[in-house]
Amino acid sequence: MNWLTEHKLPLGDTMETFVNWLIDVASFFFDFISVTLETLIFALVDGLEWMNPFAVVAIVLALVWWLHRSVGMMIFVAAAFLLIMNLGYWQETIQTLVLVITATMISVLVGVPIGIAAAHRPLLYTVLRPILDLMQTIPTFVYLIPTLILFGLGYVPGLISTIIFAIAAPIRLTYLGISKVPNELREAGLAFGCTKAKLLYKVELPAAMPSIMAGVTQCIMLSLSMVVIAALVGADGLGKPVVRALNTVNISQGFEAGVAIVLVAIMLDRICKTPNSKAEG
Amino acid sequence: MPMVQIENLDIVFGNQKMESLRLLDKGLTRPEILARTGDVIGVQNATISVEEGEICVLMGLSGSGKSTLLRAINGLNKVARGRCLVRDGERMVDMAKCDEETLRHMRTNRVSMVFQSFALMPWMTVLENVAFGLEMQGVSKKEREERANKQLKMVGLYDWRDKKPDELSGGMRQRVGLARAFVMDSDILLMDEPFSALDPLIRSQLQDELIELQKRLKKTIIFVSHDLDEALKIGSKIAIMESARIIQEDVPEQIVLNPATEYVEKFVAHTNPLNVLRGNALMTPLAQMAQLDGLFHVSEHLALDIQDGALKGASSHGHDIAISKWEDGMDIENMPENSVVLAPVGISMRDAVEIRYHTKMPMVLQDNGQCAGVLGDHQFYHALLGKHFSRAS
Repeated sequence: MNWLTEHKLPLGDTMETFVNWLIDVASFFFDFISVTLETLIFALVDGLEWMNPFAVVAIVLALVWWLHRSVGMMIFVAAAFLLIMNLGYWQETIQTLVLVITATMISVLVGVPIGIAAAHRPLLYTVLRPILDLMQTIPTFVYLIPTLILFGLGYVPGLISTIIFAIAAPIRLTYLGISKVPNELREAGLAFGCTKAKLLYKVELPAAMPSIMAGVTQCIMLSLSMVVIAALVGADGLGKPVVRALNTVNISQGFEAGVAIVLVAIMLDRICKTPNSKAEG
Repeated sequence: MPMVQIENLDIVFGNQKMESLRLLDKGLTRPEILARTGDVIGVQNATISVEEGEICVLMGLSGSGKSTLLRAINGLNKVARGRCLVRDGERMVDMAKCDEETLRHMRTNRVSMVFQSFALMPWMTVLENVAFGLEMQGVSKKEREERANKQLKMVGLYDWRDKKPDELSGGMRQRVGLARAFVMDSDILLMDEPFSALDPLIRSQLQDELIELQKRLKKTIIFVSHDLDEALKIGSKIAIMESARIIQEDVPEQIVLNPATEYVEKFVAHTNPLNVLRGNALMTPLAQMAQLDGLFHVSEHLALDIQDGALKGASSHGHDIAISKWEDGMDIENMPENSVVLAPVGISMRDAVEIRYHTKMPMVLQDNGQCAGVLGDHQFYHALLGKHFSRAS
């Protein structure tokens, strides 16, 4: 067996060389991304923290009413926010919300067009599928290391890791939604004179919308599930107290932060579920 | 100039079109080509032309290529070889070869389509669905709503304009589909089994509505159907397709009277001749009837005195029988009973049977005022039993 172990393939070394090469060649690029994203996140966090917490809650409640017209849901959201404030996690909740929403927005902005392109080009999806599988199965900590090196400590590596983990959902579900558009609807669109662009905007996207929205909701949930891991590389938010509680074996702090995360998760999930996708539920 | 003219059209689905066409020219059959190249022959050497105002029905079983041929007319299916000309003003546009811009112009302004499973956009209201094509034409929102509303009134769905398609019944949905096609004001309508997904009563109701609409609007309609009764009812011309080829193209009556092949004959055998056949095809001509003492003995109870093409008298066992005249459009209920009716040869079988039922007597048919033949129980039974095929006899 020695011959097998003696000549170890330099798999890990190659990767390391590659990451180092990236830093050498493109560090300004990663710095640029890092600074841009960090500025964006800080601006959002500062803005929301500057506002009166009750004003923020009021805005969210108005949003709930506008989307769902449900008094019950409004009561739940209000109660959840009050509990979070009472536990003293308001600031962390804002930070987490900003992280999750930014990650979701970037994932959707990048993922939906990729999903559309993949649905129109079968070859692209064949190439894409193993990459998506890889992104979802590879343990998060593994790519946490290079993102940490490339983007430095703080929000940005957490954000990038979150996107890597969560972006597969909008890509897959957009792909699925667009591929599942009944051929007759496409034919009807064409028969009445759609151009390719109009076919996409007037027929394919609206027809795929329930599926795409499911992708967005999933993306939010996946992003939220990354908050603790993001905290490990220095992203502020509800993950921080969990990590701290873990290090100090602090049951009460861990539980409280956990409850806050769960409440945020339920709120986001309920708010994002499209009202007319009852059949989907 | 015809509205649609299809010349030697081949449609091949697959990746080796040239090779498949070569094999097709060598005379290989559809399954053989499928086995050799993996390509499916959709349509083979189809030639047909449709004149303005005609309803041409493409008829055949599923997989016979009728929908495939239909979809070539608005360019939804790519043509492998041949020409598919559609009239646009004073020119004929070849849908097989025109550029994207022309294709779009033809689709928005010249050819509209109705689909078998309706193909309504589920997220749009009925009104938005009807206005969909107008939006593609670039009509302003106000005008397209106006026109769509008008069209919805015509199909009786104005009150449903704000509903979503899934709140409508199948028949209503297809009415929306019809309105969406009619609102385009295009001269050519393609209908891909529009009524097949509906239950029989609604189907026949919509067929009647289509016939009524057509009387007013005079569109050129190409209609796909697998139901010969439907084809006979609405078609002014029928093209029967079998395994990718058009095997017979004729007016409805000729399809029923002279089926070209056994395949057509099988279809015809299951149709109801009442709606199709006319007196001249049903009657026994006078020339073929025997005369006795100068009288034509139609049955042992009826003798006709016909001289120089004029019916002089009718008698039964020496008693005279009254003679009355029937013209198209007259009320059959008011015809005198027990009289021999003189009717034009063009009389439909349905009317003839009704007259026979009412008067209890055979009829005499006239062609340009000349007695041409006799129509009685024997001739009706003959037709009902499908024994009128000239091919079979």
